[in-house]
Amino acid sequence: MTIDTAPVLADARERAPESPPPSGRFRFRRALRPGAGRTHHAGPLAYILLGIAALISLFPLYWTVVAASTDNTRVAQTPPPFLPGPNLLKNLGIAWQDAAMGKAMLNSLIVAGAIALSTVFFATLAGFAFAKLRFRGRNLLLLLVIGTMLVPPQLGVVPLFMMMAELGWGQTLPSVIFPTLVSAVGVFFMRQYLKEALPDELIEAGRLDGAHSLRIFWSIVLPIARPPMAVLFMITFVHAWNDFFWPFIALDMTNPTVPVALTQLSAGYVRDQSVIMAGALLGTLPLLAMFIVFGRQIVGGIMQGAVKG
Amino acid sequence: MATSTPAARTDGQPPPPPDGSAGKGGAGRDGAAGQSRRNILHRLDVRAVPYAFIAPFFLIFGAFGLYPLIYTFWISLHRVELSTMDMMEWRGLANFTELIDDDRFWNALTNTFTIGVISTVPQLLMALGLAHLLNYRLRGSTFFRVAVLTPYATSIAAAALVFTMLFERDFGMINWGLSFFGIENVDWENQKWPAQFAISAIVIWRWTGYNALLYLAAMQAIPRDLYEAAAIDGASRWQQFRQVTVPGISATIVFTIVLSTIGATQLFGEPLIFGQGPNGISGGADNQYQTLGLLLYEEGWKNYQMGRAATIAWAMFLILVLVFVLQRVVTGFKARRPARAAAAPQKKAESTPSATS
Repeated sequence: MTIDTAPVLADARERAPESPPPSGRFRFRRALRPGAGRTHHAGPLAYILLGIAALISLFPLYWTVVAASTDNTRVAQTPPPFLPGPNLLKNLGIAWQDAAMGKAMLNSLIVAGAIALSTVFFATLAGFAFAKLRFRGRNLLLLLVIGTMLVPPQLGVVPLFMMMAELGWGQTLPSVIFPTLVSAVGVFFMRQYLKEALPDELIEAGRLDGAHSLRIFWSIVLPIARPPMAVLFMITFVHAWNDFFWPFIALDMTNPTVPVALTQLSAGYVRDQSVIMAGALLGTLPLLAMFIVFGRQIVGGIMQGAVKG
Repeated sequence: MATSTPAARTDGQPPPPPDGSAGKGGAGRDGAAGQSRRNILHRLDVRAVPYAFIAPFFLIFGAFGLYPLIYTFWISLHRVELSTMDMMEWRGLANFTELIDDDRFWNALTNTFTIGVISTVPQLLMALGLAHLLNYRLRGSTFFRVAVLTPYATSIAAAALVFTMLFERDFGMINWGLSFFGIENVDWENQKWPAQFAISAIVIWRWTGYNALLYLAAMQAIPRDLYEAAAIDGASRWQQFRQVTVPGISATIVFTIVLSTIGATQLFGEPLIFGQGPNGISGGADNQYQTLGLLLYEEGWKNYQMGRAATIAWAMFLILVLVFVLQRVVTGFKARRPARAAAAPQKKAESTPSATS
């Protein structure tokens, strides 16, 4: 069996002979098209349940806005406030200053941006090699890439911390950027896309024109791979922006990323509940904006990256 | 040359890679010497470049993933203090034996396990139901998909801050809602099970929609005729769900279980912030929700014992390995059973949708 999906899954499938055949193929378009798949129309009950799910998903965010726009005494009253108050900008301003949110957001932008750019570039490079170039040990190496997903990076924090101190990167941004410059999920994601979307004829035509592999990558692969690269960029950006454990250990309050700065809000430096909520809102706003604009693409990307089985 | 959109078809085997002599244009002008040089370069290009393309991934993973993991074990055999990290005193397995005798370790292990179960099981079951609903033909399906994924865009820190307020004892919205049912002022933070439940709620909220989308993607790949065949056989909606949908996405279910298990073992940010400050690192006043991740941090960065922290990290790794071995055994066991069952009643196998296409 060729490695079409993660090995764990391929294996599980082999062992479950009663399950229907895997469609295995990677469908970029299809994942984006809503309503693909079954034909049953949703009844009222389905809409009610989905409405509840959407409400539960969105309500805490709405309530963050409400709490961030009132004041400390109003938040602490029962019944709790359900409508926004007049203090949103004031509280955002206080949070911006007291929790060093300005610096934190700039840091997070640098960290998440650098990680996302590098992940996308290296994932496309490796994904292209795994999808279209032939070399010895290709399948085994791809298995190895997927296997690295099972090793949580958090387990190495102790030596990582010591390494960073030795390199002189303690409490600096490179210490949180470098460990996450590549991602196995990204490599696998790009490989799946390129395997399907990049015609072999194009590469052969390039070779006949005397182009070497790097040139083929640059002028044939990159233009074709733009849509999944954009999706991978956004997903990686979200992950890097929200990453918590290692940045919390590696950075301190003088030079934090957003999640690290937010812990300061909870740790008693700020007593005003509505200011705390304003800080949480600030830290989430950039990603929410991204979701409002590109939500559809991100949903599509996560579904494409999913293993169909 | 690459500006035109490619026809999306990749059929058959590509022609064998051309050697230098097949090169067009000016290739012949350079004479024999130039051509052989070109040949060597081309071979080098075809042979070596793929490795160069995948090398960055392996180099970076090796340096910041694999090496630290192995080095963690080496550190766990030593006494290393945070303030003097270059001094390592050999202790053999003493850190491990101390850890096994340490009640805090067993407490953290139990908490990690119980929070893991409380957060993962309902999360994946709800994701399954949600995916099933999203798989209907829907008006506004994009809205629902984006809506349920939005919590995923909220950072652990922000989500934990918001939920800490929602679970506040005196004025939190959840206690306010519960008061209508006669339940008054649950002290979510100070009691063991309420605290673990509240922390799990944060995890469930953030990840259910994401998992639902993974399931949805897998459900859409199930061929429609399987459902039609099942419907002809008189299978109810529920039977179709049990016998077509769930087996059809079993691989994805395994995948999400693996990912959630890894996530649950590493749980750190949610309990840390839920505890608000110093209480967070110890996992509450009585360590009632201290996870292995928090204990690791407490040993290493509060008690300055890096060697012990490394021991906990390695213990977490061993637990993960154990879980995966168990999972494999269970999957293997479950896969053998239906195989035998299907072999016995031959005519039943005919009427159910065949596994071979």
